[in-house]
Amino acid sequence: MNKARHNPLNTAAMHGALILYTLIALFPVFVILINSFKSRRAIFREPLALPSADSFSLVGYETVMKQGDFFLYFQNSMIVTVASLFFVLLFGAMAAYALSEYRFKGNLVMGLYLALGIMIPIRIGTVAILEMMVATGLVNTLWALILVYTAQGLPLAVFILSEFMRQVSDDLKNAGRIDGLSEYTIFFRLVLPLVRPAMATVAVFNMIPIWNDLWFPLILAPAEETKTLTLGSQVFIGQFVTDWNAVLSALSMAILPVLVLYVIFSRQLIRGITSGAVK
Amino acid sequence: MTALTLTNVNKSFGNVHVLKDITLEVEEGEFVVFVGPSGCGKSTLLRVIAGLEDASSGEINIDGQQVNLVPPSKRGIAMVFQSYALYPHLSVRGNMTLALKQERQPKAVIEERVAKASRMLNLEPYLDRYPSELSGGQRQRVAIGRAIVREPKLFLFDEPLSNLDAALRMNTRIEIANLHRALDASMIYVTHDQTEAMTLADKIVVLRDGRVEQIGSPMELYNNPVNQFVAGFLGSPSMNFLPEGLLQGGGQTTIGIRPEDLFLSDDGPLVARVSHVEKLGGDTNVIAKVNDHAVTARLFGQHSISEGQELRFAYAADKAYRFDTEGHRLG
Repeated sequence: MNKARHNPLNTAAMHGALILYTLIALFPVFVILINSFKSRRAIFREPLALPSADSFSLVGYETVMKQGDFFLYFQNSMIVTVASLFFVLLFGAMAAYALSEYRFKGNLVMGLYLALGIMIPIRIGTVAILEMMVATGLVNTLWALILVYTAQGLPLAVFILSEFMRQVSDDLKNAGRIDGLSEYTIFFRLVLPLVRPAMATVAVFNMIPIWNDLWFPLILAPAEETKTLTLGSQVFIGQFVTDWNAVLSALSMAILPVLVLYVIFSRQLIRGITSGAVK
Repeated sequence: MTALTLTNVNKSFGNVHVLKDITLEVEEGEFVVFVGPSGCGKSTLLRVIAGLEDASSGEINIDGQQVNLVPPSKRGIAMVFQSYALYPHLSVRGNMTLALKQERQPKAVIEERVAKASRMLNLEPYLDRYPSELSGGQRQRVAIGRAIVREPKLFLFDEPLSNLDAALRMNTRIEIANLHRALDASMIYVTHDQTEAMTLADKIVVLRDGRVEQIGSPMELYNNPVNQFVAGFLGSPSMNFLPEGLLQGGGQTTIGIRPEDLFLSDDGPLVARVSHVEKLGGDTNVIAKVNDHAVTARLFGQHSISEGQELRFAYAADKAYRFDTEGHRLG
């Protein structure tokens, strides 16, 4: 056991640093939350004060509920995020498995080509993407967003997952082949469970940028029925007047689902079922 | 009927020629060991037989049927891996039944075979445990059980003991030998450990650089090696090789003498200075230098020999092997 672990001073310093970082990281969230429950005047008078009997107000939430179809936006964001993550993980894992498992001509070139996307921001191609979406009639549909986000997430997913899949024991896959399992069964039943922590990492890395994105919803799907939460919240931010109550309330509610998804994935990160598989 | 016939099997990875013209036969019920230093192609050969790698050329026959294009699961083989390769998400029972379920065997047959295999391997108390809850030795037994339940025509073992500690290795070695007697099945066993090869095999195949050096029973190979490599590879401690010039003067050949064939003699031809002594109780291994050549002598019983001492060794002329400069055995 490391000696430093037993030194109470070190332990205290370590925890102190971690607590300090947690406070700094959570402070903006905290400010958003408390201010979303205050009246407009109270927000500006004392931004850091907790809501009191005087300043407590739900006017922000009321505005959000009344103006625009907030639940629809919410649902749109959820569909786009979950579907994109599903496709990124499915196709990313399949491509990674092919690259790491099978010997074929151009394997290395294909791997580099798929990883190239990490270095090139997808937004550079916005005009071309928009033209493509117009041509295929996908503008103002959720599919437009799902396709773009899947493309955006794939390079990193393939890169990370193929690295992890190389570490999965060859013997295990070969045992499956000798026992008569199909390549798909080997992939879904033996390999995927073993790279679950890596899948969770990829999911978390992709989830937050997709949920928070304003660019593509604004360009590809600005229609009322396909607005995402981030885009929907923009109606409260005007050029001259901003309805801070509503903005803060909308943001508070937008945090929740990401938090839930994050908790689900991060549990996968911690759990490891590899022990006992080999060796 | 032969269980396995390989005819001129070659295997290349790109430009690397890994297996070169391998031709051999495994008889029904025979225990064949592939042995050789690491990188000699023995595991690749096993994978080619299993169908996990395709042979670049040549013919593979299992039980009289050509299987070059048959997938691994339909070749009638079962394989035990070095790393056990148990399915982590399945219990011991699940691990053992998976292949039978894939073959769509009736439930009663599956039950019966699992019961039989688990009795044979003393796995009955662990059937509902998961691999992560088992010790190394138990996992290896499950891996063997997974092979037994399939009742294959040919068992393939890929260095199954190298992850076990010394005591367990010895026990498992005996278990595998018993298993072979009980099942009367054809088995191919890959190892780099010559003790395992000598103790288990009916027939040993010595491989080097992708080529078969010699095939024969353990004693045949021990007593009658065709070349210097086989002579040096089998036997522990390994055979001493001395240039002929050191002994009789002149001549380009190499003389090989097994450590146990050297004995102490006051007028022996080998004058050696002791550099190290290993006292094992039953035996004493003496490592000595004849000029600059290290020589190992295995003396029966206990001797009070110390480092730096000068000794004279002799050997019976019929126990000496002669090899030419290329390492081939001479008469």
